[in-house]
Amino acid sequence: MIGSELVFYILSAFILVTGGLAVTTRKIFRSAIWLLFCLTGIAGLYFWLGMLFIAAVQIVVYVGGVVVLIIFSIFLTQQAGKDLPPPIRSRAILSALAVCIGFVLTCILLRQHSFGVATNPDLADHASIAAIGTQLLDTSEHGYALPFEVISLLLLAALIACIVLAIRSKPEEK
Amino acid sequence: MPNTAYILLILLLPVFGFALLGLFGRRYTRGFSGVIGTALLFVSTLCALYVAYKYFSGNTGMPALRHTYTLFEAAWLSFGPDLSINMGVLIDPISAMMIVVVTVISLMVHVFSLGYMKGEERYSTYYAFLGLFTFSMLGLVLSSNIFETYIFWELVGVSSFLLIGFYYDRPTAVAAAKKAFIVTRFADLGFLIGILILSFQAHTLDFGRLINNLSSFEHSPFTEPPVFLGLPLVDWGLILVFIGGAGKSALFPLHIWLPDAMEGPTPVSALIHAATMVVAGVYLVARLYPLFTLTLDVQQVVLYVGAISALLAAVIACTQTDIKRVLAYSTMSQIGYMMFALGTYRLFPPSLVDPKIGFIGSMFHLFTHAFFKALLFLCAGVIIHLVHSNEMKDMGGLRKQLPLAHICFLIACLAISGIPPFSGFFSKEEILSAAWRADRFIYTIALFTSGLTAFYMFRLYFSVFWNKPATGHPHAQPLVESIPLVILAIGAAFAGFIPFSHLLIVGGHPSVHSSIGLNAVPPVLIALLGIGIAAWLYYKQSDRPQKAAAAFRGLYTAAYHKFYIDELYLFVTKKIIFNCIGRPAAWIDRNIVDGLMNGLATATARISATIKGIQSGRVQDYAWFFFVGIAGLAILFIYIVK
Amino acid sequence: MIPLHYILFLSTALFFIGMYGLFTRRNIITILMSVELILNSVNINFIAFNKYLYPDRLEGLFFSLFIIAIAAAEAAVAIAIIINLYRNIRSVDVESADDMKF
Repeated sequence: MIGSELVFYILSAFILVTGGLAVTTRKIFRSAIWLLFCLTGIAGLYFWLGMLFIAAVQIVVYVGGVVVLIIFSIFLTQQAGKDLPPPIRSRAILSALAVCIGFVLTCILLRQHSFGVATNPDLADHASIAAIGTQLLDTSEHGYALPFEVISLLLLAALIACIVLAIRSKPEEK
Repeated sequence: MPNTAYILLILLLPVFGFALLGLFGRRYTRGFSGVIGTALLFVSTLCALYVAYKYFSGNTGMPALRHTYTLFEAAWLSFGPDLSINMGVLIDPISAMMIVVVTVISLMVHVFSLGYMKGEERYSTYYAFLGLFTFSMLGLVLSSNIFETYIFWELVGVSSFLLIGFYYDRPTAVAAAKKAFIVTRFADLGFLIGILILSFQAHTLDFGRLINNLSSFEHSPFTEPPVFLGLPLVDWGLILVFIGGAGKSALFPLHIWLPDAMEGPTPVSALIHAATMVVAGVYLVARLYPLFTLTLDVQQVVLYVGAISALLAAVIACTQTDIKRVLAYSTMSQIGYMMFALGTYRLFPPSLVDPKIGFIGSMFHLFTHAFFKALLFLCAGVIIHLVHSNEMKDMGGLRKQLPLAHICFLIACLAISGIPPFSGFFSKEEILSAAWRADRFIYTIALFTSGLTAFYMFRLYFSVFWNKPATGHPHAQPLVESIPLVILAIGAAFAGFIPFSHLLIVGGHPSVHSSIGLNAVPPVLIALLGIGIAAWLYYKQSDRPQKAAAAFRGLYTAAYHKFYIDELYLFVTKKIIFNCIGRPAAWIDRNIVDGLMNGLATATARISATIKGIQSGRVQDYAWFFFVGIAGLAILFIYIVK
Repeated sequence: MIPLHYILFLSTALFFIGMYGLFTRRNIITILMSVELILNSVNINFIAFNKYLYPDRLEGLFFSLFIIAIAAAEAAVAIAIIINLYRNIRSVDVESADDMKF
């Protein structure tokens, strides 16, 4: 037991530290890399929780997709080498204050609520990919066929939208 | 009793003329406007004469007992059972007399203007204004309640303003019109407050009930009448009403507008500022006569203001050189006569002579004065047309060129000086006998003033028609200018024989008419003395006037400058009122009142500018507000609202 | 044994770290990165609840799955917009994109 607790603590420290670095560092490329590490840490957390499929999806989509996309956009907007401008001091202090207050408030709320956790979860008991897949395409009551289709439509729309938004119109004068 | 239709015709024909000529005159009836206006007024005059005839002859058999008839009354503004402003028509002896005076003089002026104002560009506007004035004056004399009088009072003021400022491209005329309106308006403030006090005390606005309620009020032994600063409130009301009348009648010290009002066309001066509008104040006091005679204080105010005005105006008129201004001051002096005669009632010792002789004399003098003063002004118009100047030094020796005007002017001067058998003698006689019985001091002032009247009128006569060698041949005068002169001259000559005391019975009691006896002699002697001095000074051109003026140098200069009353008014208004009241008030208005409003607007704008900063366009600000809102709502709903 | 609320503290902390970044950062792309952090914290919540409260069910997993998919699509569209904006105002500073103001 103590081992898994230790793993959890290491993982959460890793996540929080890298997340904090991602939002405070002055160099944008490093911020992207810290984000990458943070997302990987979250994937590790999923692994620890026994949700293997989600961990894999996290790595593939987030780490391999979104962060790469972000890095591409950094290059496209020619920000790679420059330092980020520092935040406005008043805003930084106010946000830090607000964030701390919010955090404390939420934690108090969380502590006061009893979540009815009956038994220890069996972290080793992970859902099988087959079960996930079956339920994903199931059309019965607990199935997710409809959201699946909607998501594919959404992805299509997003695809088209990105192309339309980012297309460079031909210069007219020639 | 003549039916209501005639009386309403008298009133409505002139105002119909005003509307018709005002709206359509310029375009359609340019040449005919005068004829239309005159024709309408002619019918109105006939109706007035008929009504007066029927009224005064209606009670034959009874020893001259006259009633007051309220012929027509319609509630116009009704605030409650007690307080209702009605529009009504009241016929009693003085109103019947006044409608005759107003319509006849107005008709004469209309006819005269057919010739005098010929070729004037705003001919139809002129006749429209004349119609408006006639309507207003008739409405004033025929009103049945005091507020209706006030309404028509203001209308008369407006017509006077329009007519004085008729030549509006002349700055002097505009200034004179403004001055007339402002001074009379200022007096009307007193009138209005007086109306409010009197109607509040009497709980009514109607003349009959007002007089009844207040007369009994004063004499009631049970209730203590309210007192303000030592005088009963009703007396204050009467004095304020008198102030209103004094403004309109150009009595001291509100007389400053009358000489300047001579900037208007001469027929207008004849109509308004000689015969009709300026006697409105006298008429008002006569209308409220039972109230004005209740207390000694009010009577003394009326008496002294009238006497001072008469004397002051006569002194000033002796030095003026503008023919119209001499006549204006003469008007003021005669109105002073009428007014102080109305103030003699209370001072009569018990005797066989009816104290109402002052009232009768005043009304009689009003009647005769209308004739001879209008005649004087119309003759002055003829003279001015010939000489193209108002100044006496440009005239002289005109008796061969204007024979008709000469005769008429002479008749009028004799009338105003009180030489028998002309009309002025009889009316002045009544006034002077009232003064003799009331107060010897006032009598001496009145006597002296009548001597001065004769002096300055004949000064004017001799300066215009004699003084220089008479040359030239008779000037061709259009018939429309001659006929009014003749008619008015007949009136001025023979109106004295109308038995006024039989006609004007106040309150239903016949009065005793004082016989013309020995007390008629001193005024005539003084008048002849005045005429003699004027002849000696002005019959032939000489340096005697200058020597006489030099002898009285201080008094002469003061009188020539109208005793500096105008300058005093200007000083008070400019230095005191403008600087001490006007400027601070303007400062307060601009800085505090406007400043407050502007400050509110500026504050609103600044608050708005601050608030609109919320819409900063920056995404992170919006996120911040989003978060604050959610956090606030969360705290609200979790902790506070259970 | 890690109680549920430890994981929830973790996700809350990550959420507020992401929020701090959202408020403070001036580069639009870094703001997008903070938004990704927020979304991930929500994912951790769902997975934790699924594991601890409903071990035999998969709802939380599916929720997280769909959130990941949508977040990816949203990040793509956001990047496209950022690139378009960059072409217009030549800057990715969020302070310079303030035309939509009063």
